[in-house]
Amino acid sequence: MKRKRMLSFAAVVAGFALYFSLNEPNTAYAMHIMEGFLPVGWAVFWWVLFLPFFLMGLRSLKRLTKEQPETKLLLGLAGAFAFVLSALKIPSVTGSSSHPTGTGLGAVLFGPLAMTVLGSFVLLFQAVLLAHGGLTTLGANAFSMAVVGPFVAYSVYRLTVRSTGKQRLAVFLAAALADMATYVVTSLQLALAFPAASGGVLASFAKFAGIFAVTQIPLAISEGLLTVLVWNWLMVYNRQELNTLQSIKRGA
Amino acid sequence: MKNSVWKMNVLIILVVAALMVIPLVMIKDSDFGGADGAAEQAVTEMAPEYKPWFEPLFEPPGSETESLLFALQAAFGAGIIGYGIGYYKGRATKRECSDEDSA
Repeated sequence: MKRKRMLSFAAVVAGFALYFSLNEPNTAYAMHIMEGFLPVGWAVFWWVLFLPFFLMGLRSLKRLTKEQPETKLLLGLAGAFAFVLSALKIPSVTGSSSHPTGTGLGAVLFGPLAMTVLGSFVLLFQAVLLAHGGLTTLGANAFSMAVVGPFVAYSVYRLTVRSTGKQRLAVFLAAALADMATYVVTSLQLALAFPAASGGVLASFAKFAGIFAVTQIPLAISEGLLTVLVWNWLMVYNRQELNTLQSIKRGA
Repeated sequence: MKNSVWKMNVLIILVVAALMVIPLVMIKDSDFGGADGAAEQAVTEMAPEYKPWFEPLFEPPGSETESLLFALQAAFGAGIIGYGIGYYKGRATKRECSDEDSA
């Protein structure tokens, strides 16, 4: 057992060494789409796609706080986690910085729709006060970070728990893959709006996603680990609420 | 808190810190600039004729103010997390004590 662990640890270290040494530094664009940088048609398109999820999210939050008022603080904690993580611009191997999303934790705890609302608030705050992201592009950014991310997190968590029964592994994978998925969708959104002159959407997507994915890999791992950190705290002090939430979700 | 959980959390923090420091040490010729500016450039490359049609309503006047706002965002969130964890820890401890009393 111990040997196996040592071996897998060595493999991880070797993998990272390879990854860090193979990467050519270049500039990446791994953040939200800036204000005004989606053509009107696409901006409206993503807003229309995003809004129904937001409304369903509001309804899910309302039901949750009505039926389980004691989970309000936990809800605030999940929102605060997204708030903190998306304020941290972390240097990455590509030579530029990007930030994690923090939506995985809340999605695992409360289901994806609740996190749609909380994630949108984070984006709204950054768009209005920090000129980071934007109001016209909020639909697109919220769709990637507050809809796709949480849904990926939730499905990955469910699948992993069902197939392996390992909670921590499931939380880690859920948060890390939600983070990755968010930025893959962002690059898809940019590729759709700005297809390359030769090769069209696919070539453009390859360019955006190639850079995105590479920048985001270490950040996604960090996000997964930090989510497990908070999860560990909650498991020690807060089993009761977690169990109620589990049983609600099973019933739903 | 259980010993193994403690160890795991410390390990997690070390790995996360390493993931941040390694790029800083390995890549020398970069200022780790934010992506926003670079994205503008990329879009201009892909579609030279594109003009942004909407400007941010408010923009922090400089990088100092911007970093202040980002720091506030992180501090606010961290404060809530600290409050929450502290609340739950206090509650758990209290519950343990009253269990001992009744036993």
